[in-house]
Parts: sequence; structure tokens; C-alpha cells
Amino acid sequence: MSQRIAISLSPSSVPVTVDEDKCIADKGCTVCVDVCPLDVLAIDVSRGKAYMKFDECWYCMPCEKDCPTGAVHVDIPYLLR
Amino acid sequence: MNTIEHEVDVLVIGGGTAGPMAAVKAKQQNPALRVLLLEKANVKRSGAIAMGMDGLNNAIIPGHATPEQYVREITIANDGIVNQKTVMAYAQGSFDMIQELDRWGVKFERDETGDYAVRKVHHMGSYVLPMPEGHDMKKVLYRQLKRARVEVTSRLVATRLLTTDGRIAGATAFDCRTAEFHSVRAKSVVLCTGAAGRLGLPASGYLFGTYENPTNAGDGYSMAYHAGAELSGIECFQINPLIKDYNGPACAYVTGPFGGYTANADGQRFIECDYWSGQMMWEFYQELQGGHGPVFLKLDHLAEETISTIETILHTNERPSRGRFHSGRGTDYRERMVEMHISEIGLCSGHSASGVWVDEHARTTVPGLHAAGDLACVPHNYMLGAFVYGKLAGQSAASFCAEHELAPLDVGQLEAERTRVLAPLLRERGLPPNQVEYKLRRMVNDYLQPPKVTRKMEIGLERFAAIESDLDQLKARDPHELMRAMEVHFIRDCAEMAARASLYRSESRWGLYHARVDYPERNDAEWLVHAQLRKDAQGRMVSFKRAIEPYIVPLSDSERAAYRRLRIPAAQASHAAPSPPSQSSPWSPP
Repeated sequence: MSQRIAISLSPSSVPVTVDEDKCIADKGCTVCVDVCPLDVLAIDVSRGKAYMKFDECWYCMPCEKDCPTGAVHVDIPYLLR
Repeated sequence: MNTIEHEVDVLVIGGGTAGPMAAVKAKQQNPALRVLLLEKANVKRSGAIAMGMDGLNNAIIPGHATPEQYVREITIANDGIVNQKTVMAYAQGSFDMIQELDRWGVKFERDETGDYAVRKVHHMGSYVLPMPEGHDMKKVLYRQLKRARVEVTSRLVATRLLTTDGRIAGATAFDCRTAEFHSVRAKSVVLCTGAAGRLGLPASGYLFGTYENPTNAGDGYSMAYHAGAELSGIECFQINPLIKDYNGPACAYVTGPFGGYTANADGQRFIECDYWSGQMMWEFYQELQGGHGPVFLKLDHLAEETISTIETILHTNERPSRGRFHSGRGTDYRERMVEMHISEIGLCSGHSASGVWVDEHARTTVPGLHAAGDLACVPHNYMLGAFVYGKLAGQSAASFCAEHELAPLDVGQLEAERTRVLAPLLRERGLPPNQVEYKLRRMVNDYLQPPKVTRKMEIGLERFAAIESDLDQLKARDPHELMRAMEVHFIRDCAEMAARASLYRSESRWGLYHARVDYPERNDAEWLVHAQLRKDAQGRMVSFKRAIEPYIVPLSDSERAAYRRLRIPAAQASHAAPSPPSQSSPWSPP
């Protein structure tokens, strides 16, 4: 049961990916999290990096466009690709 | 957990397009007013224009169009069912708003003489003004919110309007990150929560693969209904011609002036005009049913320079991930037509006519409650209509404050709502919101997608009633999932409204938007009226008729039939499906 919940919460691939070498969430940046209309991004506090927490993407791209370091990339969700 | 209490003069719910404008205009009218803009996401990037917009679809610019001409066109495009005074209020405010947006820094396309470069896309008049650099629209609005010193909140999800003795008293909300419950007392409220964009399930099966921003789940339709407001034309669904699977606009409005057009599988035109209307969608549907589909957006005949320009506009505005979708499928505008399809249903007055009933001052039937944007019933109002009605609503709301004190708070109402909202978090176990939403929206497709069949819609109502009882079993594991759970409530209310409103209007009208198989004829004798819907004193959803006000802009017989002649005659195309004979004759004016 716990295994199944873990998988549904963190699928093996999600539309929004973050290049952790470029992400500056550890410096206090939350731009991508702030601008998402669906509130699906979050900061992993232990690692200081942004990540897609909920797989509910509208592929609208503010997170990618507004990221100050170009760390965020939006793929079209697989179901639509 | 305590309830966080707020007290303001004007509460604006929804910070997308109309909302920021309403808040700024209320504050400009009376800077002493406490104006709060409540936003479910973040006003910097929220609502239908989160990534900007590529043009105005309904600009009424002197020298290109007149307000009278526009009112006539929309009356005809909406099959006669309009309160012309509301469309006229938009039309008369249109040019002032364009000039104000221009002063605020929005860049519109101009010709070599410096005049606005207006294009013709509609069937009759010229109203399209491109904004190739329209991606900054939200930044422009944000600057004005700061300048006017409007208080703004983020991540607060409004759940219900508070009323006292039929008058507006405020609203409730919760924080989608902490689940803290908020109550906002206000003298007047402006509802700007956008379309019901998560009603039908996209053919992809993906819950968030919608045309509208999926944050817009029909929140305002549901809240207005429960507050006792009148809704209108809910049966006039929003159904759009979209890029298949991507489900974004193919943007014939952008490509049309460059020579692009909607074509059938043979690459031939079958409609004269790409402006979105129920009649246009009917022809689209007929082309598919007649075996001549799929339908495509055709650009491959255009010059390289033209296609590059189109790509620059379409891939940087409104839905910029279009380019990424096309390259993933190997679709290059130069070589292949873009496959399109018919969308799932939604409610949106910005594109069709379904919305909360408002007068020409953006006032709803609930004293103190105003509405603007995609959820307010001003047919075909689009983005510029959201701005104009946002302005009217903000001004009306400010005026209401001058004459009214805060309504007393109904504590019982507030506590009942708090219990309802927080229940999914407190439940030990229950139904996952995404599964309930998936099933509900699949049922919407199964039973409500036009052509509409009476028996199917009746079964749909039974299914929606069953799902209503399931709502008491929703389980939310965190505040984010609580937001999705409450959205399922909104979507279910919209589904029931869509079914009841469609069953009530026992005729066919607006082409595909309300094509009823059991009543294929248009019946002006009985149905040249607004079909309204509201919650009665016993809490029942009731439908009733509202007479159309006498037209202030008269129409000639020949004009009245204009949108019934969208199909290109067989002599010009290689084939043609017949227009719906039952809906084809012009109606008589009220």
C-alpha cells in the first residue's frame, strides 16, 4: 500500500523538469512556484531545489519563461504528445 | 484552526483579466475604499491570459466599425438571444479601453500611417486588432494594481458567497497550501472567476488538457448559483475548434488575415468565415459526420516569410507551447496542415453566451454582487469585453459602497461553510478527488455533448445526482488536494446546470451549441427568450424564461440570416453537406 501511494505521488516522469545545477531555490528563489496557475511546483527544502510535486500541468510555461536562470523545462504531457 | 477574518469595502474574486481591472477601477473611483483582490493562483500569471494574448477579437475602432454595427453582428451571431443594452455597453466602452491599455503600455499593431491595423475575421464587420507582442499583458495589469495600491492575496480559493437577507455580505475562502479558512466581509463583491473550463473531459482523457486555464473550474458559476443569482443561456455551450490533442486554439483569427484557413481533408474551404460561432461549429461537425474530415488548419500554401511571422506570434503568445507540440508530432506549418477537432463542452460567455446574468452596469440579480469576464453573460465578450466589464463592475461596486454599509454576518452560514470545506481533510478515508472528477467529466461527455438527446440528458442528471452524494465521501490528503476536491463540487454544479438548462430549452438554436435531436426545429414563437436558471427558496434548481428587451439596434431580415449562410455552396467546393434546414430561416425580432 505504501509503495503504491509513493508511485502515484511521484511518477517516473513528469512534464516539468528542473536542472538542479541551474536552480537557485537554495538562494531563496521561488519564482516558478509562485507563477504556476495550478500550484503544482514546490521547493524540496532538504535539497534546496524546485520540483514538480503534483502531475497536473497545463503546459502553459510561465515557470519556464520566468525562471531567472533557465533551469525549468516544460514538456508536453505524454498523454497529449 | 482559527478562521482568518477580513473586512473590506470591495472584494474582487479572481485576478485574471476582468478582476485586476475591476479592482483598479474601484480604487480609482474612490481611493479611500479598501479593495481586496482575492486570487486562487498568483496575479502575476493567472487566468486565461497567463501568457498574454495575441490580439483583440472585438475591437470597435472609429473608422473601422461602429458600436451599432457590432451590436448587430453579435445579435445575429448569437441567434437573437441577447440583451442588446449589455452588448452596447461593451461596444461603447471598447475604444476608450483600447486607448487606456495603449497608455498603460500594451502594444497594438499599427499600419504605416500609425492607425490601428484592424483586420476582418467576423462574418460581417472588422474587429480584430493584432497584438503580436501581447505576452506582457499580465505585467501591465500588475503595474496598475501596484500603482492603485490594491491589496492582493495569492493562493486563496473562494468557496461560497456570503449573503444576508438576499444581499451580498462577503465570501469564504481557504488557503490551498495551509488549508487555513478565511472569511471576508465586504459591502460589495465582484465575481471574475472565468469560465467553467473543466466541465467536459478532453478527448485525450487528460484532466488538465483543457482549452481554458484548468484553474477555472466553474467556481463562479457555482458560487453565484448558491448565492441565489440568476444565470442565463447555460444551454449555449462553449465548444471550440481546436488543435487535436493539444486542445489549444488553432488561431484562425491570427492566421486568417495572413491567408490561413480552416480546411477539410481535401485541403478545401467549407466555411466562409472562421469566426467562432455555434453555426460555424455546426458546419465543422457536419464536415466530420459527412466523411470529409478530419478538419485542418491550412497554412502550407503560404510564403516562408508569412509562415515565420505566424510562428513568431503563435509560439510566443497565449499558448506558447504550441510550437513544442507541433515539433513533437513532426508538424511543420510549411509542409503539413494542422489536424483539428471539436472540443469538449464548457461554459463561457467570453466565447458563447453562458453566464451569470448581468445588466449594462455589470450588476447581477443579487444586490451588491457584480460579475465580469468569461463568467458574466455578455455574449462573445472575449478579453476586451472582460476589461470593459471589469471596469463597469469596479465602478458599480464602488458606487454600491457609497450607499450601503456592511451587511450583518450570518454566523450559522459561515460555520456551515467552514465545516463543508474542511470535511475532506478530516475524513479518515474516502474517494480520491481526481477519480471523482474523471468519472464526473466522462459522464458529462457521455450525456451532454451535442447533438443533445433528451433521454441521455435525463440519465446524466441521475448520474450527477449520484455523484453529488459521493461528494460527502471525498478525501483530501493535503491542502492542495482539498482545492481539487472543492473544484469537483463546482464542476458537478455546472454539470447539473448544463443538463437542466439544455432540457428546458425544447428547441434547437446556436448551431451545434444547442442542437437537440428531439427538437430539431428552431421555435421562435416559444423560445426567442432568455432561458434563466437559479436556486429557489426551497433550494431547488429551477428554470424560467426572461423576455428579451426590445432591440435598441434594429436588424433587417437579410442580416438576420447572415450566420446561417456560413457554408460555402457546392458549386465552389467539391462537395457540401446541407445546412440544418430546421435552423436555417431568419427569426423575427422581439
